[in-house]
Amino acid sequence: MNDAELKSTLTINNTAIRAEFPILSRKVNGRNLVYLDNAASSQKPKAVIDTIVNYYTNEHSNVHRGVHFLSQLATDKFEEARKKLAHFLNAAETREVIFTKGTTDSINLIANSIGKTLKKGDEVLITEMEHHSNIVPWQMAANERGAKLIVAKVNDDGSLNLDDFYNKLSSKTRIASVVHISNALGTVNPVRELAKAAHEKGALLLVDGAQSAHHMKIDVRDLDCDFYAGSGHKMYGPTGIGFLYGKASLLEKLEPYQGGGEMIAQVTFEKTTYNELPFKFEAGTPNIEGAIGLAAAIDFINTIGMDRISTIEKQLLKYAHNRLGEIEGIRFIGTAKEKAGVVSFLVDDIHPYDIGAIIDKLGVAVRTGHHCTQPLMDKFGIPGTVRASFAVYNTFEDIDILVESVKRAVNMLRK
Amino acid sequence: MTRSIAEIQDEVVEEFAMLTDWVDKYEHLIDLGNSLTVIGNIHRTDENLIKGCQSRVWLYAELQDGKVRYAADSDALITKGIVALMLRIFNDHKAEEITKASLGFVDRIGLKEHLSPTRSNGLVSMLKQIKFYAIALQAKTA
Repeated sequence: MNDAELKSTLTINNTAIRAEFPILSRKVNGRNLVYLDNAASSQKPKAVIDTIVNYYTNEHSNVHRGVHFLSQLATDKFEEARKKLAHFLNAAETREVIFTKGTTDSINLIANSIGKTLKKGDEVLITEMEHHSNIVPWQMAANERGAKLIVAKVNDDGSLNLDDFYNKLSSKTRIASVVHISNALGTVNPVRELAKAAHEKGALLLVDGAQSAHHMKIDVRDLDCDFYAGSGHKMYGPTGIGFLYGKASLLEKLEPYQGGGEMIAQVTFEKTTYNELPFKFEAGTPNIEGAIGLAAAIDFINTIGMDRISTIEKQLLKYAHNRLGEIEGIRFIGTAKEKAGVVSFLVDDIHPYDIGAIIDKLGVAVRTGHHCTQPLMDKFGIPGTVRASFAVYNTFEDIDILVESVKRAVNMLRK
Repeated sequence: MTRSIAEIQDEVVEEFAMLTDWVDKYEHLIDLGNSLTVIGNIHRTDENLIKGCQSRVWLYAELQDGKVRYAADSDALITKGIVALMLRIFNDHKAEEITKASLGFVDRIGLKEHLSPTRSNGLVSMLKQIKFYAIALQAKTA
């Protein structure tokens, strides 16, 4: 199928959606911005920006304390945001949603709280495609307690080697922590099956959802994962806010790892009793603006509908693979059957930094480098990749410009 | 007479001033990168590696006739072009002169984004390392 034929079979009709994002109309290096670094952070729709401005203009105060009007208002908004997020994830109860700084913070929370219960000889299972944020916290926890970090292999196409994962699950495995969609490869992991397998061995499963919550419908009860971590800024919301979903029965048993205000029931110098869920895990004044902004982002997603978002992004991904495939010497890193949101590639032996630096001059924002997945890049024997990642506002034209820009860079660099 | 570090920087700035748009500048950098006599394998070691998140730089230095002689390489071509410019500026000067030199040329030729910490391409660390070498070699000769 040629480009014109392919384009005619794909329709995304997202002009109105795109118009919601003020930043997309700015220029970069004198050219229209082509923003394809969404896996690092997505841009923000006007509704989210307005909500934050309105919050500080009309609604701000500290939450969960004070009897005055504004404190009550901010608390109501903050707790409404939690309810909205719980509904978005289809959590059984609102108290199962804990606000954090982001996915990294959420994983650190669990790695620390579960870490305290690890014993010598216990195992934590991760995979070769994990982001550093789903490697390092477990390494730290395991080292401290004499537990072992076990790593399941990734196949050459970037899919998870399921046999290896199942073989490495054992009665020693306390928790498996797996990325839902790989930020470097785009691979979608079958987390429902992984959860089932983990539970059969008596282990827990944490899903790193940094790249999935905005690409596909998330139903934590259907996935039956024990924990699910996500970041607001990747799902059209503000930076500095994220969440941890956890089954209430598990969260109740876990000890908090940060102490402070808000998380206590009663404090004496001898002993502190902790607040109930979810406050037990939210020490200190939370990111109120972030939570309320995230709620606006969820409204934005819900208004478009996750099915439509997924459809648009699948078409963009397909078109990107086809068009980039025209480039002589291109090599895709990550060609798993189940893929979402991300195209990672190299051209010949050209260094990804060189391509990134040149196409930046042409107004195209992509990510180059190891994408915080150094062990994965080492496995493939590459210094990194060029990664284009998509959001609901990207267009076929964005991809056309990407392809032309990469071709131009390659011509300059091949001389 | 050998030209000073400042004079060579001026010369580089002049050279780039003739290149009016970014394409010409980048093409020039790529040419410089391609023609850099790279560090010998014997010095292309982990010990001499400056790790950046994006690209890597190898740097080695020794004294030749009382002057510092650097050798370097990078795995990315544009980085390598900037590395070549740095070697042209610092090579064959006395350690003392190198430790005192300021380095305005990267900004003046319109390539300062390559020295931004977010690029993490090893160049900022390379600059520090260039000076560390000079200090160390100066101490050796003192």
